[in-house]
Amino acid sequence: MSAPNKSYDPVEVEAVKPDEVARHRADALAAIAAAATLDELHQVKIAVAGDRAPLALANREIGALPPAARAEVGKRIGEARGAVKRALAERQEQLEAERDARVLVDEAVDVTLPWDRAPRGARHPLTTIQERIADIFVAMGYQVVDGPEIEAEWYNFDALNFPPDHPVRDLQDTFFVAGKDGSDGSGLVLRTHTSPVQARTLLEQGAPVYAVSPGRTYRTDELDATHTPVFSQIEGLAVDEGLTMADLKGTLDHWADAMFGSGLVTRLRPHFFPFTEPSAEVDLQCFVCKGASVGDPENPCRTCGSEGWIEWGGCGMVNPRVLVACGVDPDRYSGFAFGMGLERSLMFLNGVQDMRDMIEGDVRFTLPFGMEI
Amino acid sequence: MRVAYSWLRDHVALPDGITAFAVADKLTQTGGAKLETIHRVGEGLTGPLVVGEVAAIEELAGFKKPIRHCQVVVTTADEGPGSAATPQSIVCGARNFAVGDHVVVALPGAVLPGDFRIAERKTYGRDSNGMICSARELGMGEEHSGIIVLSPESPVGADAIAYLGLDDEVIEFEVTPDRGYALSLRGIARETAIGFDLPFQDPADFDTPASDDSGHPVRIEDPAGCDTFVARTVTGVDPQASSPLWMQRRLQMAGMRPISLIVDVTNYVMLELGQPIHAYDRQRLSGPIVVRRARAGEVLETLDGAKRRLDPADLLITDDSGPIGLAGVMGGASTEIHDGSSDVVIEAAHFEATSIARTVRRHKLFSEAAKRFERGTDPATARTASQRVVDLLVELAGGTADGVTVVGRGSRPVAITIPWTHPGRVAGVEYTREEVERWLRQVGCDVAASGSDALVATPPSWRPDLRDPNDLAEEVIRLAGFDRLPSTLPKASAGTGYSHAQRIRRRVGTALASAGYVEVIAYPFLGPADLDALGLSEDDPRRNTVQLANPISEEQPSMRTTLLPGLLAALRRNVGRGNSDLALFEQGLVFRPRKDAAPVAPRLTVERRPSEQELASLDAALPLQPRRVAVVLAGLREPAGWWGPGRPAGWQDAIQAARVIADACRVELEVTQDQHEPWHPGRCARLAVNGRLVGHAGELHPRVVADLGLPPRTAALELELDRMIPAEEILTRAPAISAMPVATQDVALVVDAAVPEHYVEAALREGAGPLLESLRLFDVYTGERIGEGRKSLAFALRFRAPDRTLTAEEASAAREAAVALAAARTGAALRS
Repeated sequence: MSAPNKSYDPVEVEAVKPDEVARHRADALAAIAAAATLDELHQVKIAVAGDRAPLALANREIGALPPAARAEVGKRIGEARGAVKRALAERQEQLEAERDARVLVDEAVDVTLPWDRAPRGARHPLTTIQERIADIFVAMGYQVVDGPEIEAEWYNFDALNFPPDHPVRDLQDTFFVAGKDGSDGSGLVLRTHTSPVQARTLLEQGAPVYAVSPGRTYRTDELDATHTPVFSQIEGLAVDEGLTMADLKGTLDHWADAMFGSGLVTRLRPHFFPFTEPSAEVDLQCFVCKGASVGDPENPCRTCGSEGWIEWGGCGMVNPRVLVACGVDPDRYSGFAFGMGLERSLMFLNGVQDMRDMIEGDVRFTLPFGMEI
Repeated sequence: MRVAYSWLRDHVALPDGITAFAVADKLTQTGGAKLETIHRVGEGLTGPLVVGEVAAIEELAGFKKPIRHCQVVVTTADEGPGSAATPQSIVCGARNFAVGDHVVVALPGAVLPGDFRIAERKTYGRDSNGMICSARELGMGEEHSGIIVLSPESPVGADAIAYLGLDDEVIEFEVTPDRGYALSLRGIARETAIGFDLPFQDPADFDTPASDDSGHPVRIEDPAGCDTFVARTVTGVDPQASSPLWMQRRLQMAGMRPISLIVDVTNYVMLELGQPIHAYDRQRLSGPIVVRRARAGEVLETLDGAKRRLDPADLLITDDSGPIGLAGVMGGASTEIHDGSSDVVIEAAHFEATSIARTVRRHKLFSEAAKRFERGTDPATARTASQRVVDLLVELAGGTADGVTVVGRGSRPVAITIPWTHPGRVAGVEYTREEVERWLRQVGCDVAASGSDALVATPPSWRPDLRDPNDLAEEVIRLAGFDRLPSTLPKASAGTGYSHAQRIRRRVGTALASAGYVEVIAYPFLGPADLDALGLSEDDPRRNTVQLANPISEEQPSMRTTLLPGLLAALRRNVGRGNSDLALFEQGLVFRPRKDAAPVAPRLTVERRPSEQELASLDAALPLQPRRVAVVLAGLREPAGWWGPGRPAGWQDAIQAARVIADACRVELEVTQDQHEPWHPGRCARLAVNGRLVGHAGELHPRVVADLGLPPRTAALELELDRMIPAEEILTRAPAISAMPVATQDVALVVDAAVPEHYVEAALREGAGPLLESLRLFDVYTGERIGEGRKSLAFALRFRAPDRTLTAEEASAAREAAVALAAARTGAALRS
């Protein structure tokens, strides 16, 4: 580096001449723009902004200029170096962005590849439909109760006003537990309905009570497409002061609405059950055609057979004799009860074609039902 | 109950245009009887079908069988084909008719059931322009011994379809067991009249004669079993007389077979009035008829030919010869009506329903009579129904009414007093008092006021089912129409929802399904072969089963004591259908006899609440019914794929399933080595909670796998879920989370190969003290470098303090303490 020289004419110093500075600046910017990779840019950076770069060397000459000239020359070189520095940074950013983008492209995969390494499971629709129905009633303030499947005849029949040896017992083809001598006189049966749980609940808790009892039940039917000796029911019981058949109807309507669709209603037809009086069979308005298929042969409904209604279950007002046997004062309390077959519900709700599908345990049947129904 | 629509119309003046379906639908809506199906009679039959008169018969010989060539007059007109001047020429193979007989003629163009088309044709060398029909050809029954010969009064040329009632419908009703009265035309007609608001003339409402001296003597020794007995004697019945065609038709349409005039008449009257009738051949009776219970050792041969050993509770009809009938169920062979019977004694009685029902079940002997008696018949109808039989025998068979015996007088149901508002209170509907009284009167009750608010309703004799206020309420509500019920909701109650145990069971199901298991609901039946296949020893408690008296299958007469047979059957079924990678589970009850259970469960009172002691005695008679959960696995637990090979299911998965269940129950599962059928003796885990056995898991015994034809290395778990569920929900305590840094230390310990990992791990945990945050086994090594019979277990330990950064010295000290305890307890040595 030259020492300050008061007589020195900056115009005469080659390196700091305006033309020279402009040329170095232009060369540097061109080299930066030409760098195609980050490595090239690194080399360019050393060449145009390093200690030995022309503009850096020119900058050193400033000290040798007379003070009067330093400001002007310093400004000229400073601007040039600033421009180079900015260009480097811009190019650096540009090239890094290009590199990053290229990595993401290179790392692209086929996202449609399967990854089902964890096996899928499912709960049986008979279980989940029980829960779904029970949930509806829990939301209405009911409790869920259960009881034994091998049941005393007293609970299954007598307490429910089935007189001994009465033909009404024949309505329910009963499995009898063998006594010690192999006869059917053990006093025990496989429960033919979930109704004994009603009696148990009343005996244990007294009135008022609002309860549903889902569970397995048994009758001696041979297995075929529409019958099975082991099946499931859900039964409801409400005993309180002032309950009426209209309350029963409203409760069933609410259930139909909650489970099958908004605005669906039920229809009651007189029937007979020993444990209810009056008794009725419940029809559910067809949730598919809503009755539109009735008398319209052009548009038949497979769900209801174009009848507009689907047979759903049985119900009635709890027979006061049942209340008496269960220690509830029939003059103070009245109640209603209802029960439905769950296999049948799955058949019309989910289109199960064959009763056997529900008992064979073929995973292809159960898997589509998932965890909830 | 099958009712010919034409017969019903004889009893109710239904306006034209009301169809059989409309009637059946109405009765279904009001509850009198429920429509089952409607059978169209004469299906596939179209005319012309006419009444003809045989004018001449030419016998044709020389064929395989004798053939008749007949001239039959089939029209009332004087001229033209088929008239008396030019009768129809018809060839016929039957021989049971003569010139002058009236017959049924199908003319050309007619179609008989079975798409049998009648046309003009030439046969046996003669023109045949039609056919003379038998009952079978007309779809009227199986009778085919000859063609139908009509009565001489039948109008020649008339449409035979209308004349024979071939154009009819049969309504098949389902009658509920409480409505015995609806098992009769009388009952169905009454309900029809009420439903359509038409006047009803009760066919059983007429005067009958009192007892006279010539009646057959009758004595009732058991008035509780029989409160009414009417015996009517008819003499001089023509044994040759056969029942008229119309009666046979109605019996057939009701599903009964015409047999003989006397039997047909008794059946006809039973269908009409609901009162079962029995006819005795009077010549075969010896001495008075006595109604009594059977005596030990007595035997009766019933009409069906069976010799039945009688029970002292059986109600009998007897005479001097001994038992002659099982009262109300079936008559005896010794006094049966036969071809030559001309003097008969007609029995119409009222028997107590339960006694009949018990006899029916005791002898497994079901009859049309018993079906009505066990539902309750009308005691007042005994007189009228027997009179009706007498009248028909006199009219149709030339008999003479000769002697009346009436013993006993059946009682009417007890009067019921209700507030007149009771039906409305049950229904939630405001019926008027006038309405309530009207409906009760319509079903036959006598209704009187009692004070200003109450009604006294005395049910009619044919409604023994009306006993309680609610029975009357039902009559009002059903007849007023269920469509009048509004839809209201009870006010919401303060419910308790699911119990703790129910919530956990649901959680267990969800947890297993989330872990890849598919739920199965299998039948809970099994048999000895199922238990043999599991390799259970003779004294295995699972062989002690609850047996069914009437199982679906003789091979599986027991209730299950383990869930495995059902699950393994489902597994095998799936494998058979090509599903090879399987993980199944089931939750359900098993059934275990109670050692000290009473041999017969008591039958408690229903007149009041049984005492706590009585109820406890009932529950003590029930077998134990704990709830279990089981899983079975086979094939791949994790499937193969483009990522690489799959992982086979094994004993580990079965045990892990138990841990999943324990987690859902929030209990700690203790796993130890065990040997228990049907598991592999070296791959069986005993599972316990708080030291109490809850089940087993592992790989099945290879012999069991082979015997049951299961995939190799099938694994299984069975747990008693009830023992897993804590008495109360366990509250999860939130852990304190430290934000201080973690210090990680690994340790490899060499132990004897027989030392369970669990022991080593437990010792490390205990020895490491409170600074240990977690510990995880990350490697198991066996091999030369550590020597035979040894294994190396490598653990990663993570230490953390709640309040400070641990120093390396602190972490190492904790680690050394852990190793020291493991060494002391299990002989573990640090691997060098």
